[in-house]
Amino acid sequence: MSISEADVRHVALLARLALSDEQIVRLQAELNSILGHIEHMQALDLEGVEPTSHSIPLRNATRPDVVRPGLSRELALLNAPEAENGAFVIPRIVGAEEGA
Amino acid sequence: MTVSSLSDFSQLSARAIRDGIVSGEFSAAEIASAAYSRIDALEPDIHAFNELTPQLAEEAAARIDAKVAAGELLPPLAGVPAAFKDNMNLVGTHTTCSSRILKNYQSVYDCSAVRRLLDAGALPIGKCNMDEFAFGSSTENSAFGPTRNPWDLDRVPGGSSGGSAAAVAAGMVTVSLGSDTGGSIRQPGALTGTVAMKPTYGRVSRYGIVAFASSLDQIGPFTRSVEDAAMVLNAIAGHDDMDATSVREAVPDFTVGLGDGVKGLRVGVVRDMVDLEGCAPEVRAATESALATLATLGAEVGEIDLPMSQHGLAAYYIIGPAEASSNLARFDGIRYGYRAPDAADVLDLYMRSRAEGFGAESIRRIMLGTHALSSGYYDAYYGTAQKTRTLITREFAAAFERFDVLITPTAPTVAFKIGEKAEDPLSMYLSDVYTIPLNLAGLPGISVPCAKSATTGLPIGVQIIGNHFDESTMLRVASALEAALALDMTPPLTGI
Repeated sequence: MSISEADVRHVALLARLALSDEQIVRLQAELNSILGHIEHMQALDLEGVEPTSHSIPLRNATRPDVVRPGLSRELALLNAPEAENGAFVIPRIVGAEEGA
Repeated sequence: MTVSSLSDFSQLSARAIRDGIVSGEFSAAEIASAAYSRIDALEPDIHAFNELTPQLAEEAAARIDAKVAAGELLPPLAGVPAAFKDNMNLVGTHTTCSSRILKNYQSVYDCSAVRRLLDAGALPIGKCNMDEFAFGSSTENSAFGPTRNPWDLDRVPGGSSGGSAAAVAAGMVTVSLGSDTGGSIRQPGALTGTVAMKPTYGRVSRYGIVAFASSLDQIGPFTRSVEDAAMVLNAIAGHDDMDATSVREAVPDFTVGLGDGVKGLRVGVVRDMVDLEGCAPEVRAATESALATLATLGAEVGEIDLPMSQHGLAAYYIIGPAEASSNLARFDGIRYGYRAPDAADVLDLYMRSRAEGFGAESIRRIMLGTHALSSGYYDAYYGTAQKTRTLITREFAAAFERFDVLITPTAPTVAFKIGEKAEDPLSMYLSDVYTIPLNLAGLPGISVPCAKSATTGLPIGVQIIGNHFDESTMLRVASALEAALALDMTPPLTGI
């Protein structure tokens, strides 16, 4: 299953990465090389094998439902690239013509 | 204090430091200052640290020295200089993951394992360099420059916890913490001649570490002795309310039984791994020699093949990147981290912040993981990898019915040259061929130095694999081997 350049561009959009044409071409070659080396896994007989998402059997872990202090607003905003009036500042999401 | 009593600071064990403080031979403040003196001398050449924290260390040392003055009992790691991989949060430090995207990130809470080590009396000396977001096996993928191996400054210390490994190997600190997702503690341990342990998945809380692959990540120690590793594990192990995957399993005293020897223990050498093409002859010979030593000590040595583990690397390079691509989705330029300037809209902000903030290997892994999880490919890649993981886990379970511990090399070669594998991701990935299967199966593993290369003098490590939650037996074997081999693992530090 080799990846086309269009596939790489699609994945870059899904991953929210603005990549250059040069990066796309390079990643196409690298990803195909890596995926080529893991092909042997596809030959395994996996019929009826349950997938493992977690290596240790876990029981649901609960704790008493009591109020305890969380992160303060000041600390939550400490690392914000841009903050104002106790909130994160982001570019406009709703288009200017739609209101505001 | 006399200068002479601390001149061999770089060789002191955790226990010796605590004993020296208790007996009044030196103070915790003097230990901290000895650590920083050594760092001043070596750090410009080695670059093990992203950040030094002398003020935090001074405050911690003052608390220990006040206890001494008041005649109070000291905690088990009192005054022991410790360093932390820079993906572990500690208030008062930055946590950068050696990434441009987190360059200025300030910790707003403490990683539980770090907090527990400090509560046990350790002194926080600094935060260690690493491959960006722990993606790598050489510590070359750091946005702040590579760490160099104290044994040979032209070579890598391994990775991704290369800074933590180099700091301990060079005697700049006594213990450090790293994280291990596919070998990122054990492989640099082997390449720097240190003792390096990944505990059982769930043994140590992952709260406060920046997640790479949540089903594989585990925190563990670098030390210069097996006993020190057991003492660090004592401090950091156990359930934590803040990490639902940390188990409620009883935590034994891991120092108990270290000297009990290996007589009668069933030790299985994983034959097909030792014979793997790509394993350097000197590494193979060192592994065989370690096994012969264990046999001489009375272990019952047998052989086993683990053919499914040969597929471990493939399964890992789907599962690891898949989980990483999901975990790293949080870096979006909104709440923290790098934000690209002059974004036209939110999508543009996300896409440029991430592309400009992440390094090449991070982008590669995010792309691989996103592809493996994307519609139409999920079953073929992620599903197949998870089923392969089941087969690997079953194979280990069967092996542990026959053996108490299993033995493989830790890494297929000694430390390689800086730049040697930088342009070839696949050959870099192969460095972790022996360590990855344990993460997939959740098993504990420890790398102990077992030889020095006859040609280069570089350290070689052997990996001892324990059954789930049986770190004690694994540590006992490690301790017996360490005592029998009695290797001097002090790096020559030539050229510094």
